[in-house]
Amino acid sequence: MSAQTWTYLLVGLTFFIYIIIAIVSRAGSTKEFYVAGGGINPIANGMATAADWMSAASFLSMTGLIAFMGFSGGQYLMGWTGGYVLLALLLAPYLRKFGKFTVPDFIGERYYSKNARLVALICALFVSFTYVVGQMKGVGVAFARFLNVPFDTGVLIGIGIVFFYAVLGGMKGITYTQVAQFCVLIFAFTVPAIFISLQMTGNPIPQVGFGSKGTDGVYLLEKLNQLSVDLGFDAYTKVNKDNLINMFFITGALMFGTAGLPHVIVRFFTVPRVKDARISAGWALLFIAILYTTAPAVAVFARTNLINTLSETPYKNAPSWFSNWEKTGLLTFDDKNGDGKIQYVSDTTNNELKVDQDIIVLANPEIADLPPWVIGLVVAGGLAAALSTAAGLLLVISTSISHDLLKNYLQPNISEKGELFAARVAIAVAVVAAGLAGLNPPGFVAQVVALAFGLAASSFFPAIILGIFDKRMNREGAVSGMITGILFTATYIIYFKPQLGGSGLPEDYWFGISPEGIGTLGMLFNFIIAILVSRFTAPPPKEVQELTERIRTPRGSTSLNRSVH
Amino acid sequence: MSKKSISYWKINLKYLGILLSIWFTVSFLFGILLADTLNQFYIAGFPLGFWFAHQGSIYVFVILIFVYVYLMNKLDKKFDVDEI
Repeated sequence: MSAQTWTYLLVGLTFFIYIIIAIVSRAGSTKEFYVAGGGINPIANGMATAADWMSAASFLSMTGLIAFMGFSGGQYLMGWTGGYVLLALLLAPYLRKFGKFTVPDFIGERYYSKNARLVALICALFVSFTYVVGQMKGVGVAFARFLNVPFDTGVLIGIGIVFFYAVLGGMKGITYTQVAQFCVLIFAFTVPAIFISLQMTGNPIPQVGFGSKGTDGVYLLEKLNQLSVDLGFDAYTKVNKDNLINMFFITGALMFGTAGLPHVIVRFFTVPRVKDARISAGWALLFIAILYTTAPAVAVFARTNLINTLSETPYKNAPSWFSNWEKTGLLTFDDKNGDGKIQYVSDTTNNELKVDQDIIVLANPEIADLPPWVIGLVVAGGLAAALSTAAGLLLVISTSISHDLLKNYLQPNISEKGELFAARVAIAVAVVAAGLAGLNPPGFVAQVVALAFGLAASSFFPAIILGIFDKRMNREGAVSGMITGILFTATYIIYFKPQLGGSGLPEDYWFGISPEGIGTLGMLFNFIIAILVSRFTAPPPKEVQELTERIRTPRGSTSLNRSVH
Repeated sequence: MSKKSISYWKINLKYLGILLSIWFTVSFLFGILLADTLNQFYIAGFPLGFWFAHQGSIYVFVILIFVYVYLMNKLDKKFDVDEI
């Protein structure tokens, strides 16, 4: 069978499984719709969290980014995993004990303020929506390249699937579908990695393999360093000393942002007990780590293979995948010196090859000459990653609208049935809106993701941490802190992102910190302002201080949970 | 707040302090600021600083969470605040 047939088969099969799961796990109440009834097993929740977390970007783009960045790419690996330590130690157990449905719920009650809830609500909507549009676009790209359907049709199929199981199943349907999607995506990512690791180093474990000796007896990393230097690039493992402060801040912004993202936090409301919330963060990170420790290995294999296969190769002898990808425009060759050979060098005036980072994972099985079913598997995995993240984000959007806006702000007397109906309508509208935005993605979607992490780090993270660990923190402090953090971070990012219309130049970065990393500084400003303001204003009311004490011990979580609604 | 819950909270904060210092050390120090120095040493074929940035810190993160869960479950029982 050809790769094309395999792809149709595997994608069709996985989609069929998702639909069956959705029908079996329909949601019957708002509690099932928002937090899956609060009864999810911690290991299952760990898998669902991992699928929720690992997006099209983690699956498709990150490996390529690392392959071209080398050492500095570690900022994504540490940044997108380290946040789970913060979640497990500083947030998840306490928010689970608090026992409501959303992050704006916590902010609104802990800071006894409808305005604080509204600020949190707007942030949650903005962060989730920008994120989900990128996922829809990812679905369209995967369909367009591998199933020979137009980009628009691909996005529409994606909308259809997510619409079906998210509207029907709410958090319950999404959680169980995400468990299945996790299995698909992790299998799809590790299988080709194991094959390639065996091929190149004889070791089946990629994490160990990329530090071992290659078939020629030379350490793989040493060989890649040598190849890179010969072509004028930096050695792969070399520390870029001028970039260290920036790398420090970017890693921080990604970690604190992870711990402040509403669609990640809400997952810890779905487990039965506080101790389940703690352990489920551990399982989530363990499952995420499988992909995140394999990715840097794949990056090294792919970069080495790419150089070995293409550098100084006559164009007419280039392998067949080369011309396949040329057609998509994601890989281009321009024979500048007319010698008919591919020159891949660091110097841009002589370099003749451009490779889009997004194709590394997708092209890797072809580059390594793996059997055709592996290619189909990788496509199914990429789609699973995009769909699972999209569904989790859409649920946050719908909950924000039906629960935080409608139930708690506009129409407090709405019935349970009315709220559930509103939640379904909200998610349906959100799916369609995200799909339409994905069809016609504004050029700045990718740039806005930096903004999403920056805002989560500089607004939610400090507000939640202070709400738990500082009993004296009051409404005035938290709100002024959040506003300072958001305004500072958003202004800096917009000013220094030409794609967002800013006029700032990289030379003028503060301490060399790029917009991706500024959320860390915004977070520090938030903490400082919040603490200062709170100490000069009235302490929070007695019942709020008691709430803060109550969420610090686990006992009573189940009864607290039952009394809600 | 009762005396008991104050000392429960203090021990919790002590655990957090220790575990988060390790979290900071392996990633921000070993994986970034000190990586260049550590790269002189090798572990299983990897320059050490590079290994912390691309592998080691992630393993340590996972271990930290499971250690925290173990410590807190024990502490909850000891102070009789665990869930039934």
